[in-house]
Amino acid sequence: MSNEIGKPLSRLDGRPKVTGAARYTADTPIEGLTYAVFATSTIPHGRVTKLDVSKAEVAPGVLKVLTHLNTPKLKPIQHPPAGQSLMPLQDDRILYEGQPVALVVADTWERARHAADLVRVEYARAPFLMDFTEHLDKAVTVKGFFEPDSKTGDFDRAFNSAPVKLKQNYHLADRHHNAMEPHATIAAWRRGKLDMYDTVQGVFVARTVIAQALGRKPADVRVRSKYLGGGYGCKGFVWPHQILAAVAAREVRRPVKLVLTRAQDYTSHGYQAATEQTVTLAAGRDGQLVALRHESVAPGSMSDDYVEYGAIASRTMYACPALETRHRIVRVNRGPGTPMRAPQEGPSMFGLECAMDELAVVLKMDPVELRLKNYAERDPTKGKPFSSKKLRECYSEGAQRFGWERRNPKPGSMREGHDLIGWGMASALMETYRFPATARVTLERGGTVLIESGTQEIGTGVYTIMPQIAADVLGVAPERVRLVLGDTTLPGAGMTAGSSTTMGVGSAVHDAATKLKQKLTEMAGGPIAPDAYADLLKRRRLEKLSAEGLWKPDGEAGTGESKEWTMYTFGAVFVEVRVDESLRVPRLARCVGVYSAGRIINPKTARSQMTGGMIWGLGQALLEHTELELNYGRYVAKDLANYLVPVNADVPDLEAYFVDEVDEHASPIGAKGIGELGAVGVSAAIANAVYHATGVRVRDLPITVEKLL
Amino acid sequence: MKNFTYSRAENAESAIILISSNADAKFLGGGTNLVDLMRENIEQPDALVDVTNLSKDIEETADGGISIGAAAKNTAVANDKKVREKFPVLAQAILFGASGQIRNMATVGGNLLQRTRCYYFYDDAARCNKREVGSGCDAIGGFNRIHAILGTSDACIATHPSDMCVALAALDAKVLVEGKHGKREIAFNDFHKLPDNTPQIETELQTGELITAVEIPKNDFAKHSIYRKVRDRASYAFALVSVAAALEVENDAIKNVRIALGGVAHKPWRAFEAENFLTGNQATGTNFRQAAEAELKAAKGYEHNSFKIELAKRTIVSVLKELAENGGIKR
Ligand SMILES: Cc1cc2nc3c(=O)[nH]c(=O)nc-3n(C[C@H](O)[C@H](O)[C@H](O)COP(=O)(O)OP(=O)(O)OC[C@H]3O[C@@H](n4cnc5c(N)ncnc54)[C@H](O)[C@@H]3O)c2cc1C
Ligand code: SF4
Repeated sequence: MSNEIGKPLSRLDGRPKVTGAARYTADTPIEGLTYAVFATSTIPHGRVTKLDVSKAEVAPGVLKVLTHLNTPKLKPIQHPPAGQSLMPLQDDRILYEGQPVALVVADTWERARHAADLVRVEYARAPFLMDFTEHLDKAVTVKGFFEPDSKTGDFDRAFNSAPVKLKQNYHLADRHHNAMEPHATIAAWRRGKLDMYDTVQGVFVARTVIAQALGRKPADVRVRSKYLGGGYGCKGFVWPHQILAAVAAREVRRPVKLVLTRAQDYTSHGYQAATEQTVTLAAGRDGQLVALRHESVAPGSMSDDYVEYGAIASRTMYACPALETRHRIVRVNRGPGTPMRAPQEGPSMFGLECAMDELAVVLKMDPVELRLKNYAERDPTKGKPFSSKKLRECYSEGAQRFGWERRNPKPGSMREGHDLIGWGMASALMETYRFPATARVTLERGGTVLIESGTQEIGTGVYTIMPQIAADVLGVAPERVRLVLGDTTLPGAGMTAGSSTTMGVGSAVHDAATKLKQKLTEMAGGPIAPDAYADLLKRRRLEKLSAEGLWKPDGEAGTGESKEWTMYTFGAVFVEVRVDESLRVPRLARCVGVYSAGRIINPKTARSQMTGGMIWGLGQALLEHTELELNYGRYVAKDLANYLVPVNADVPDLEAYFVDEVDEHASPIGAKGIGELGAVGVSAAIANAVYHATGVRVRDLPITVEKLL
Repeated sequence: MKNFTYSRAENAESAIILISSNADAKFLGGGTNLVDLMRENIEQPDALVDVTNLSKDIEETADGGISIGAAAKNTAVANDKKVREKFPVLAQAILFGASGQIRNMATVGGNLLQRTRCYYFYDDAARCNKREVGSGCDAIGGFNRIHAILGTSDACIATHPSDMCVALAALDAKVLVEGKHGKREIAFNDFHKLPDNTPQIETELQTGELITAVEIPKNDFAKHSIYRKVRDRASYAFALVSVAAALEVENDAIKNVRIALGGVAHKPWRAFEAENFLTGNQATGTNFRQAAEAELKAAKGYEHNSFKIELAKRTIVSVLKELAENGGIKR
């Protein structure tokens, strides 16, 4: 092996991205393209009683107006991997605001959009549920990805006899992904087969669901996704508009492009559901936890069982003999939630890590010390050891880099000018989801190397990391290695989700490259230098030489568990906030995160994953909130002027470090996942710092000025 | 979006002629507000008369004030040396608004006439008296965190979203307008109106009247002026509350003070009560707080925006303290 792994290589796709050469889905040039635009429901529940499409149908350029009255019937699809099983335009039912009621296809986008405005709809309104917090009595238990409940030890007994107790409610807001690139689908039928360019985090998953809905064999559908302008989870599952674009293309017998509007992006492909969490803790005076119960209720949809697991981190985070978690949903008239960067652990670590901070205050104990006191050496619920865990090092290195020992624990005691200064910390935790993957690595004439795998690039750095891994094995320069991805004609790979790609696809690439090297060695009759590869091919009169690689996690796919191990990544986040003593607007002033996340293939792209995650957490803590219009049953303002995500001015110095670690149990290359970990713990650390600055404990996010006045 | 015609006026005269030939025509500045509203079908003009070629001059007036052509871009005004020296509060207010890209497009005339950001005004499936006279106001019983606390009516509780206009209100500016019946001047404080029963009428401007310039009279103490904008996000967000203020203290007593508030009313809110209370009094924290109390006495909060009352008071005090402490300029 040469030493390409671990080098801070700049993105190989950086230049095409900044120069505009990188082609995103909606930019794909297709001959004879037509344009589709949705008209959507303005009510959250009821039936369509009258649809007047006469004006739209005769508007200039219009080719077709699809409604539930004339859309061909589709085959049922299941969630998951469909985002929802409810398929619009199949009947007159309306279950959420923004549900499509018509799809207009025209020769230009402007004409399609205009005609969509001309569709007139009348509804029979039905009573609706919107705010789940007002209907907690209607909470139900459903089985989503994980078991809804967990229980170890005897909570009541441990709780009742403990000297220190604490019970608090925490509320996290509904949030939307707001990827810069809106969802876009181009569908073209060619000789009975469907060719799709689609903004998806999983081309194979998309193919499966789309083929199923259309009653086709997967082989009849090809899906491509070369670059993605952010996914964050909302392009993971497959959503109705992708299927309806294919239907529309079949109806007009021309290729159709469908790009959702920003407003439609709020109602078409999930969101991170709010959670109402209750954390109950009991501890000894020394800080040792004896009982922990974490309950979470989230809004669900009328049609499907997606659950945001707002208590799940408590199953793993701390050593505690009596431990219970519970998840419920309240069905509301909104589309279903879906994973959003740092799902499950993200929300649940807010409740848990704020409660731990509150416990530290009660015990007059340093927050880091309290966490070390309850350090879990093995998973307290699954009972298995961690495949690797260097969280202790994260705490100590983070504290040292941040200067934590200079913290005066008294709230309001640190200030500069008019600013109150708050220092807070929290832990981070994320399960290491593992998915199988395959790849092909090919030595080409001239000595360049081609990697092929049906994975996706969602902005994380895959176009750089995979070449690094292959280059490392083959001993060539990464610049001589090219990756082709995002196409169902390539070797299969899973969704780019759950921070799993580097580990899974990377291991498959590693396997393929290793096999290729073996072939070369055999062919050469002994060890061969990389600069002799091209010659070898020539002598053998070969155009190219390929090897197929495969990686399959031991244990159940899609989990972080094997027979022997349980797999997680960890971190410690330290933040400083500043709050003007009189105006009380909280701002993040700095953030230091240290992470234990397996082997880091490329510290440069990894760092930007972590700092991006921190910014994501900052948004969750101080800004992001999808507001509900309770009288109408809608989202209030579906645009980026009103839904506030952080801008540069909000983002201070961010520092991210990794402890040296290789986890061979997780993957042959020693890597785990990092893409979501950076977004975990930040909001709790900020809330804890706001308390330290002001003495005000805010238990519902985002922390806006009115909560501190 | 409705089809419309487009023409470009080369001077004020031709603009007025072009606009008067069509009852449903509108002037077009940078288009950063009007075009958005047209896309949402909220504004549906038949014709647009582009006035960005009209005067964009920023000049000193005979009395030592400044005159700004209505077509001047927001960025140009904020970067103008005379403006920065004489009226720093104006440059600051502009720079706290919108984003660099939007300020590069936005004109002074358009900024004055930008419409509210009330969510319900933008949502044609909701009721809004401003958009559809007499239909009702969904903000009053709805989500109203960004809405007004001063000068509201049962018909409308929207705010005027401009930052620049808050500074102009504090500076006693005049709006120069021209129409079929000639030219006139409107005092800034009379230009924007409270909603009363006619929230659809937002300014003193008559149909077809063109804004040609804004004039700021000479003023010796506005050199000591600041703009403070309180908002959720550190940039690119509208004000929850903002304050433009200038202060002159002589022999321990306040000789001159100007205070205007943004984000709290249907118009940039000149705080006359507070100014009256302070004039002649000492520049102390207690007096500042009392002045703020006096100004906000008539304030009325709604379900989600009551916090603005206290926030406005604190912002007034904080800005005046800063002016009193260093008489300087802080951004
Ligand atoms: C995302 C976003 C964020 C923003 N944030 C802020 C902010 O933080 N603070 C802030 O202050 N503003 C903000 N703005 C608003 C921005 O300042 C206004 O859109 C801008 O000032 C309008 O100027 P314009 O020239 O583009 O007006 P236009 O959109 O062209 O016109 C607006 C109105 O003025 C009329 N008009 C234009 N010129 C004249 C004239 N000479 N005479 C008569 N009528 C005329 C038009 O007919 C129209 O009715 C924001 C805007 C956006 C889109
Ligand atoms: S506050 Fe004014 S603008 Fe908003 S809905 Fe009510 S009437 Fe319309």
